Amino acid sequence: MLLRHTSSEVKAREGLTINPAKTCQPIGAMYAALGIHGCLPHSHGSQGCCSYHRSTLTRHYKEPVMAATSSFTEGASVFGGQSNLLASIETIFSVYEPDIIAVHSTCLSETIGDDLQQITKKAKDDGKIPEGKYVIYASTPSFIGSHITGYANMVTGMAEQFSESTGEKKNQVNVVAGWMEPSDMREIKRLSKELDVKIVLFPDTSDVLDAPQSGKHVFYPKGGTTVAELKSTGDSLSTLALGCVSAEPAAIALEKKHKVPFETIDMPIGLTATDRFIMALSKAGGVSVPDEITAERGRLVDVIADMEQYLHGKKVALFGDPDQLIPLTEFLLDLNMKPIHIVSGTPGQRFEKRMRQILDERSPETNFKNGLQADMFLLHQWMKNEPVDLLIGNTYGKYMARDEDIPFIRFGFPILDRIGHSYFPNVGYSGGLRLVEKILSALMDRQDRDALEEKFELVM
Amino acid sequence: MEQIGILEGRQRQVFEKKKGTTQADIACDTSSLSGSVSQRACVFCGSRVVLYPVADALHLVHGPIGCAAYTWDIRGAVSSGPELHRLSFSTDLQEIDVIYGGEKKLYASLIELIDKYKPKAAFIYSTCIVGLIGDDIEAVSRKVAKETGIPVLPVHSEGFKGTKKDGYKAACHALMKLIGTGSTEGISKQSINILGEFNLAGEAWMIKDYYKKMGVEVVATLTGDGRIDAVRRAHGASLNVVQCSGSMTSLAKEMQEKYGIPFIRVSYFGIEDMSKSLYDVATFFSLRPEIMEAAKAIVREEVTTLYPQLQKFKKALTGKKAAIYVGGAFKTFSLIKALRSIGMSVVLAGSQTGNQDDYARLKEMCDEGTIIVDDSNPVELSKFILEKEADLLIGGVKERPIAFKLGVGFCDHNHERKIPLAGFEGMYNFALEVYQSVMSPVWQFAPRKGGLK
Repeated sequence: MLLRHTSSEVKAREGLTINPAKTCQPIGAMYAALGIHGCLPHSHGSQGCCSYHRSTLTRHYKEPVMAATSSFTEGASVFGGQSNLLASIETIFSVYEPDIIAVHSTCLSETIGDDLQQITKKAKDDGKIPEGKYVIYASTPSFIGSHITGYANMVTGMAEQFSESTGEKKNQVNVVAGWMEPSDMREIKRLSKELDVKIVLFPDTSDVLDAPQSGKHVFYPKGGTTVAELKSTGDSLSTLALGCVSAEPAAIALEKKHKVPFETIDMPIGLTATDRFIMALSKAGGVSVPDEITAERGRLVDVIADMEQYLHGKKVALFGDPDQLIPLTEFLLDLNMKPIHIVSGTPGQRFEKRMRQILDERSPETNFKNGLQADMFLLHQWMKNEPVDLLIGNTYGKYMARDEDIPFIRFGFPILDRIGHSYFPNVGYSGGLRLVEKILSALMDRQDRDALEEKFELVM
Repeated sequence: MEQIGILEGRQRQVFEKKKGTTQADIACDTSSLSGSVSQRACVFCGSRVVLYPVADALHLVHGPIGCAAYTWDIRGAVSSGPELHRLSFSTDLQEIDVIYGGEKKLYASLIELIDKYKPKAAFIYSTCIVGLIGDDIEAVSRKVAKETGIPVLPVHSEGFKGTKKDGYKAACHALMKLIGTGSTEGISKQSINILGEFNLAGEAWMIKDYYKKMGVEVVATLTGDGRIDAVRRAHGASLNVVQCSGSMTSLAKEMQEKYGIPFIRVSYFGIEDMSKSLYDVATFFSLRPEIMEAAKAIVREEVTTLYPQLQKFKKALTGKKAAIYVGGAFKTFSLIKALRSIGMSVVLAGSQTGNQDDYARLKEMCDEGTIIVDDSNPVELSKFILEKEADLLIGGVKERPIAFKLGVGFCDHNHERKIPLAGFEGMYNFALEVYQSVMSPVWQFAPRKGGLK
């Protein structure tokens, strides 16, 4: 009983967080920046930050993750980090030769007051940025928001700092990916191709963090949204933001700067959210939905119908990131399951508002909380008060699943102890199928394990 | 990628052993160049890895959430009892705390946690911004210690205040405050403390067992499977046995100064060093010759079993080449010897935190043509692995996928080892792991080393 001290009595806590359901902004900025082709993320702070983020991403993806650091010292924290960043930019371009450096700040550089905009401008003025190369930045203080905020800030930085408008519209739609896996991004691109809508997806970590074994260590793998594509986003017909927390701010930035109209929809996880995505994309591209996609949808509905008896009424606890939890909750309700406890460490009212819309009618009794103290300790306490049949969340959920002896499905970030998330999507109808298969396998394996001998069934 | 050279300003941290040349000493103990893709971590990381295995203490990270989140149960330091160290506690500092200070939040969190978990002591880690906003964690610690009656130990581990090694020192400093506060009654004259052994995959248990069999009492293990009460009485031991060059030597020195306890440096990796670590302890207690007899018997028995088992691996691995890039340099010495004992040579040896003496010794040990690096990066590592045609990389979490992308085998000799690699049994595990990885059939399907072979 690793979590033996978790009591069922829920008391208000003063500031303390136990077993967080979030982490800090900079890792989100680093992940987003890896989705630009030829980009080296740069952490403007202490060495440890960069090292921790790279290790965590490496554990999650089993891939090399490259990023540089300003390597702050005591001096830098007294006199400011400007000279560290200028030196870094020079070093990086001369040695690691990226096309782009994406700088993000940390709690340290933010607290001492380094201004990334001013420093990167100075680097440009001083001729430290070679012709045809770029330095973009995002302010990502660790003491505000979460890793999701950091992701959103870096993606917004891409939109703001790369987009251009030529005055001539391009027949393409921007799709801003909320925090999702490379496999999900690959699936979004496949669906768009199937629909015959030309999209600019950004960021795009497919072919970066799921690279093949090649006998070489490729510093800048072939994937990632290109600079040309990012520049062209100002000329697109419209923008679809997949997620109100992690994707919408970039869409807003494009609307402000180039009047590109946008629509925010949920990340296409599950049946109805994917329906909305397909409809929105077909509308934005002015195309009709091809039969193949309708058939994909049909297969998912067919499986849900076939297996409905094993799903209905099952209680689920889930935790993770807002843009993934929102459509997942809706999908669970569509599966006739009961998502009864939900926490997300990422603060913000958008989550609460959207969850209310989904839950108020169909499951008003659900406990949910996000932001401060919405941690796994709280979730575990709720689970002790009202037990569940299934837990869904990142790897850290395994402690609760073990202690409470309940089935557990890994979903979200980080997943440190299983593979699959890089390769098999959760988005789209095929992602829905994968989720249903995982849920059923978890529940039915448990049923088989626990069944009395006379009730042990061959056909299920 | 091959044409990428060595970072300017890093030439002095890279050395190739060549005959007949007198080369300057390797530059080390320096902070990393700004803008490098360094594999190093920070002060906080150093403190956290050293103290984290103390299982019945509360470990509260005072700072924004990240520092606590990234260090949550990442190192497989096993406990035989309490597991409080495996939870993640943070004051989760917000913008308002950065402006007005986080002392109140720290105080409230400590009181709440101590009340709930009843730990034997509490460690408070300060992170980068705590150093900047000027929270007086010493004062908060004193206050809470007074109110709760347990030791509350501030650890000054602000990330930017140096390298990981400075974090080790800060951790040792905190431990030093505990040592000497317990009773030493009943401790045998033939007693030791094991320092710098963190019980990854249960390694400390094996080591302790050997010493126990020799008739030597282990007072405290610092910090593997650690307990506060044992730490408090560690000053009652007659000898400190220190593993791992960086992390605990400073504690051993302080204990020598304050309590007159001598120390020896050992390593538990490989047959040669493992045996020596038993003999050295026995030699120290030479007034009791039966201890040496027992040590010899253990070594004889273990080696008789182990030696034939290793021959299969040696046959397959003879002539294969290894690259080593690990945290502390001391470990590389043992690894070189251990690899040689299974027929492998070392073509690259490096560490994140080695010092001048370590590198001098490394130079002496290595073969002609071996590359020696301090604070390396993925570009250099890949370059040398390809150039030197290594078949194996020994490293940590960030190096693993690089090895696999290059098509060479890998052995984790860091936090993420899943099986004990220390001791005699560990040598077998190590040889097996190296063998499995180097000889894996997957390399038949994958291009190797950029297509060099």
